[in-house]
Amino acid sequence: MEKTFNLPSHITTDKLKDLYKQMWLIRYFDEKVDQFFAKGLIHGTTHLCVGQEASAAGAIAALQDIDKITSTHRGHGHCIAKGARTDKMMAELFGRVTGYCKGKGGSMHIADLEKGNLGANGIVGGGIPLAVGAALTSKMKNEGYVVLCFFGDGASNEGSFHESLNLASIWGLPVVFICENNQYGMSGAAKDMINIPDIADRAGSYGIKGEVVDGNDLVEIINTVYDAVEDARDGNGPALIEVKTYRWKGHSKSDAKKYRTREEEQEWRSKDGIKRFKELLIEERVLTEELAEELQQEAKQEIEDAVRFAENSKEPSIDTLLEDVYA
Amino acid sequence: MRELTYLEAVREAMSQEMRENNDVFLLGEDIGVYGGAFGVTRGMIEEFGPERIRNTPISESAITGGAVGAALTGMRPILELQFSDFITIAMDQLTNQAAKLRYMYGGKGSVPMVLRTPAGSGTGAAAQHSQSLEAWVAHIPGLKVVQPSTAYDAKGLLKAAIDDDNPVIFYEHKLLYKTKCEVPEEPYTIPIGKADIKRSGGDVTIVATAIMVHRALEAAEKLVKEGIEVEVIDPRTLVPLDEETIVESVKKTGRVVVVHEAVKRGGYGGEIASMIAESEAFDFLDSPIKRLGGLPVPIPYNPKLEKATVPQVDDIVEAVKETIRFK
Repeated sequence: MEKTFNLPSHITTDKLKDLYKQMWLIRYFDEKVDQFFAKGLIHGTTHLCVGQEASAAGAIAALQDIDKITSTHRGHGHCIAKGARTDKMMAELFGRVTGYCKGKGGSMHIADLEKGNLGANGIVGGGIPLAVGAALTSKMKNEGYVVLCFFGDGASNEGSFHESLNLASIWGLPVVFICENNQYGMSGAAKDMINIPDIADRAGSYGIKGEVVDGNDLVEIINTVYDAVEDARDGNGPALIEVKTYRWKGHSKSDAKKYRTREEEQEWRSKDGIKRFKELLIEERVLTEELAEELQQEAKQEIEDAVRFAENSKEPSIDTLLEDVYA
Repeated sequence: MRELTYLEAVREAMSQEMRENNDVFLLGEDIGVYGGAFGVTRGMIEEFGPERIRNTPISESAITGGAVGAALTGMRPILELQFSDFITIAMDQLTNQAAKLRYMYGGKGSVPMVLRTPAGSGTGAAAQHSQSLEAWVAHIPGLKVVQPSTAYDAKGLLKAAIDDDNPVIFYEHKLLYKTKCEVPEEPYTIPIGKADIKRSGGDVTIVATAIMVHRALEAAEKLVKEGIEVEVIDPRTLVPLDEETIVESVKKTGRVVVVHEAVKRGGYGGEIASMIAESEAFDFLDSPIKRLGGLPVPIPYNPKLEKATVPQVDDIVEAVKETIRFK
């Protein structure tokens, strides 16, 4: 259990390898979903986090198992990082009964309560108050968990964001707000919609700490989130961490991306967090090229298996339509 | 038996539940030492302390979502919204989160929370503090809607609402807070979804909610002097609705007046009237179903105008006579 790169002690060498594979799982999962949508094999809509893998993997790697998360419409990465099974996720996107929501929720509503994933959310900023409430439970019942609350740059203009940061601050709740600033709320560029360069600066208005991290630097993300999470666990209240990142794909399916340039996309692609982590792990002799390739192929295979599982699963019976409206 | 006001009955139901169950707590604006805008929570912070009687900032989105998140993770929050008009600012958290989480998640998790809120006109608070918007929430699958008209019903229904594993919207009527009746000291439950026949009679059925129950009973006293025996049914809960009690009464009387304070257009009375028309009671109808409701205007400030906006005793008397005159 040696310590590496001054990371928290629970990030072992094995965990680093897992994280490398996990980022590939996230990327392959969403690329596969992208292909299926293009072919019309999955209906509805979906929001892909290709390019944002280090944010999900890094932030959640900083947590303990008892900790919880709330996620967003762009939530597949968070889900996988919090321990969800990719086969049950894929089955959900296929609308199958074996999916996380029995085929009734789809891409935007995957939740895995047993693993502490309180759910993705189709409403921008909708999950932020929920995270505050879950943190209130932790405090009132003395349960010791911290809630990691994901949302995007767009959500930071919602009232729920401002109300929630204030509420969590005055009550000193164990919640860490992770703003994944991927530069665009659908077509609205953050630079046009927010008149300050760093969303993290909004933390000051609520008397909490705000920090900016490079969304392609897994190590920096883990360390920054870890410090905030443990601070919150110690009763020192919430923090806001802005992860500067980029979604390589469009907002959802059928996005011609007219609002940004191919040059800008290329620039962000060249900063790929997975590639950067791989180079670091090889340099630090945690991985060899061969082992890295092996982990990547394992991830690819897992997603292929997930697709088989989804394809072979049944659709929900019409008889179940009215089930679960009420407890 | 001792008498309690409606307001005291609501407070007693909450206090008794809070003594029994540490997971039950209250949050809302000015519910601490102030005792709530209408005084419902007066004295509670002294007994239960500020951790369980949580005075909140004026942030309806965050406190409603906070209640949802706390409920999802094991607490049983009671949220007081100062005026029911403010539900407009809490709507995302109620409609898109509280009502849907369980279904969207494929039957995982539950949201055992109560949102208590005073509704109705008659206090001169004008257009933004006098509405009756219960039809909005009654429309949403996943919510339950309760509207007690007496102190006795309020206590028993509030206990049922707190014990329920679903989000329950509990409408209190401002003009009823000071009304009194006999209320047992020990805790008791009135099942959600059970109507009450407030007065028996064979000539005409009046289905009335909240303050209109009292106006219907007054109208019945006037009508009996003219030899007309009215049956007054108080559904007590709109969702689920006790259809059977209403249908049986209409089969007996053959004539029905539905009356509520909310604006008639799109009001819940339309739902009740349609339900009757679609039921086996249709064949027993001797006259068209008559609906009374608020006029389609914002509630005005001037007392004369305010009174003219919503049904009064004489309007009910006239409506009953109209159904009787129909040949």
